[in-house]
Amino acid sequence: MIAYSNPMMPHLCRINSRKKETHDTFTITLDVNDEEMSPVFRPGQFNMLYLYGVGEVPISISGHPQKTGKMVHTIRSCGTVTRGLARLKSGMPVGVRGPFGSSWPVTHAYGRDLLIVAGGIGLAPLRPAIYQALAHRKHFGKLILLYGARSPEDVLFYKELQTWQKRSDMTVYLTVDHAISDWDHHVGVVTNLIPRVNFDADDTVAMVCGPEIMMRYAIMALRNQEVPENHIYLSMERNMKCAIGLCGHCQLGPKFVCKDGPVFPYHRIAPYFNKREI
Amino acid sequence: MENLEKILATHSFFADLSPKHLETVAGCAKNVRFEPGEFIFKEGEAADQFYLIRYGQVSVDSHIPSRGDATIDMVHAGEVLGWSWLFPPYRWHFDAKAVTLTRAIALDGKCIRRKKDEDHELGYRLMSFFASIMQDMLQATRMRLVDMYSQPTNV
Repeated sequence: MIAYSNPMMPHLCRINSRKKETHDTFTITLDVNDEEMSPVFRPGQFNMLYLYGVGEVPISISGHPQKTGKMVHTIRSCGTVTRGLARLKSGMPVGVRGPFGSSWPVTHAYGRDLLIVAGGIGLAPLRPAIYQALAHRKHFGKLILLYGARSPEDVLFYKELQTWQKRSDMTVYLTVDHAISDWDHHVGVVTNLIPRVNFDADDTVAMVCGPEIMMRYAIMALRNQEVPENHIYLSMERNMKCAIGLCGHCQLGPKFVCKDGPVFPYHRIAPYFNKREI
Repeated sequence: MENLEKILATHSFFADLSPKHLETVAGCAKNVRFEPGEFIFKEGEAADQFYLIRYGQVSVDSHIPSRGDATIDMVHAGEVLGWSWLFPPYRWHFDAKAVTLTRAIALDGKCIRRKKDEDHELGYRLMSFFASIMQDMLQATRMRLVDMYSQPTNV
């Protein structure tokens, strides 16, 4: 969805607040005062954030889709632009284009079990879908979140995960690759949790987000449990530049990740998924 | 004993065993319970039992001087703890500690080893079970080696 007339023109937003999430990840909340810019987004969509004079990066929106007037982004500081964004303070400007792209089909899961599998920073693009699912909880069967990270220090939104874990209407399993002895959740890769949880495979919608290799193993585990291919959704990451399907940087076979994605039903991209040449 | 046989039969690990083999295995089994924080076994000790976890959570750890206990794995209800009892030198390679109150069935390793040597069909079934568990563990370990949560570092 392109919310304004010139999708290549960044709109000036200012940082309302900044929160450190982990040693390399932070969340910024932007005030959206520009009337030409849509304050509304759908879970799974992303914005292009422009650090003036440095560059632009695609960042998923990680806030609540029903809270307007603010845009929340959770960012891993790993390159020139994101390291620069990490240094911004309240009141400083950021250029914003978007929201762009497809979204998690939360309503498609109505009447079904909803299984969310996230790895690393992949929890950020899924958080709006979790908020939406919790806001409409009665429409789903089981609501299950499986989340994996490298270590306890890398777990994103830990307090929120603990809050969700306490809910009786949601199952949350956390796992890390490496832990010291005060960690009382799971140890191992997140995909190993899939066979351990109970859900109705035929009638489950699975939303998966994380590094591509994690999604590959997640798909294998979901297919082993006989979740239908067309019930599995992935959020793909590619080198997005224009965000409107013109430049071709993010091409995945015949698809543009920025325009046709980033959220895809697995069966639509299965022929191009895990192809070395693409 | 009949009660233990029934419990063993409900555990996924032994669900496919014949009644005769269940009875044989049950002869080597007993119920055990561990309080949170209690060691079930320690690295280097004789591995003379293995456990079917019925309730609770067990961490498999390795103590690293100056860093504390690194958790290698978590074993949960429905899963099996320990295979060092199966191969010489029958010594535990890691520590196992109850994270929460844990109830389990402990199986005497010496007893099972003797019975599987006497009854090769039982031995084959047991080795197949453990080979399957080892394959799962090996694949999980390999996936962890891939470091699947790392991200590109250029944006």
